[in-house]
Amino acid sequence: MEVKNAVAGTLESGDIMIQIGPGEGLQVELQSSVAAQFGRQIKSVITETLEGLGISDAYVKATDKGALDCTIRARVTAAAVRATGKDVWK
Amino acid sequence: MMFVPGNNPGMMADAHIYGPDSIMLDLEDSVTMAEKDAARLLVYNALKTIDYGDTEMVVRINPLNTPYGKKDVEAVVKAGVDVIRMPKTETADEVRELEAEIIKVEEELGCVGRTQIMAAIESALGIVNAYEIATASKRMMGIALGAEDYTANLKTPRTPEGSELLLARETIVVAARAAGIACFDTVYSNLDDMETFRKEVELIKNLGFDGKSIINPRQIQVVNEVFAPKQKDIDKALRIIAAIKEAREKGSGVIAVNGKMVDRPVVLRAERVIALAVASGILNEEELS
Repeated sequence: MEVKNAVAGTLESGDIMIQIGPGEGLQVELQSSVAAQFGRQIKSVITETLEGLGISDAYVKATDKGALDCTIRARVTAAAVRATGKDVWK
Repeated sequence: MMFVPGNNPGMMADAHIYGPDSIMLDLEDSVTMAEKDAARLLVYNALKTIDYGDTEMVVRINPLNTPYGKKDVEAVVKAGVDVIRMPKTETADEVRELEAEIIKVEEELGCVGRTQIMAAIESALGIVNAYEIATASKRMMGIALGAEDYTANLKTPRTPEGSELLLARETIVVAARAAGIACFDTVYSNLDDMETFRKEVELIKNLGFDGKSIINPRQIQVVNEVFAPKQKDIDKALRIIAAIKEAREKGSGVIAVNGKMVDRPVVLRAERVIALAVASGILNEEELS
């Protein structure tokens, strides 16, 4: 599945900004003030969400501002939909 | 009912902490065109994941005649929302069109009849058709006034005393009561003027509204204070209920409490006072039985 450059989310408190683009394999670069405590969990939600959408090759830069897992899933899905044109509702 | 922008995850995660009776996640006016897709995903994931407890969850969708409305319906019904709020409702046919869209998704999920509808009336045509809208579907749980669009449509400004809204408010209450559903008043946007806000809440409570739409947790306490019955009214209502119970047991007809005749409307009002006292947490339902 071709992945173009796309962005979703904001830098407001409780949100996460996901920048997605072409890559080989799933590479996630995370910037978060709670990376030491929750970095592994945040990355795992990002990769699981992408895999669930059938995306196995992408580069993701995530800037976290204390987002819940459901917010991370929503923002990753939004970025992925914008990057691929995939319809997630069907 | 507290309005929360559908593209603000921080507010969506915290909204229920303040104890509103109902939360309305907004996909319509508070979300820009460019963010409609992202907000829909955010609302879907929040409803699926966050435990809002007993708080009634409402989502205001985009109108069905926009590119977003039908997708909003699909997403929020799949997420298990309690109520879909339809904006700018003008005719009963629009409610039936929304119902048909809801049914399509519910049939796919095997849960037909789960999702309720609330219609926001925000124009002169909507007010003229209020009763038809209120009775357009068995799923209708309430109608609400949207005053900003309504006053723009009337070509009048919104004033602190709200005289320009009186007909609309009374029409909505009468239509809701005739249809046997709930009615909710519009938002008051000036957070720095709590005095006028309180007066507005007192006015709409006396007009017969069941609740007030709010835009900030700071407004919750005022609404609760105004809607919670006063202790003397609760005491009087309890005396009326006790007297009517005793009269029924004795087979008496009309009775008097404190020298005043108690008939059916008086009992109905007393029952509403008790129901509000229970809803406000002043009375415990178990104590009443």
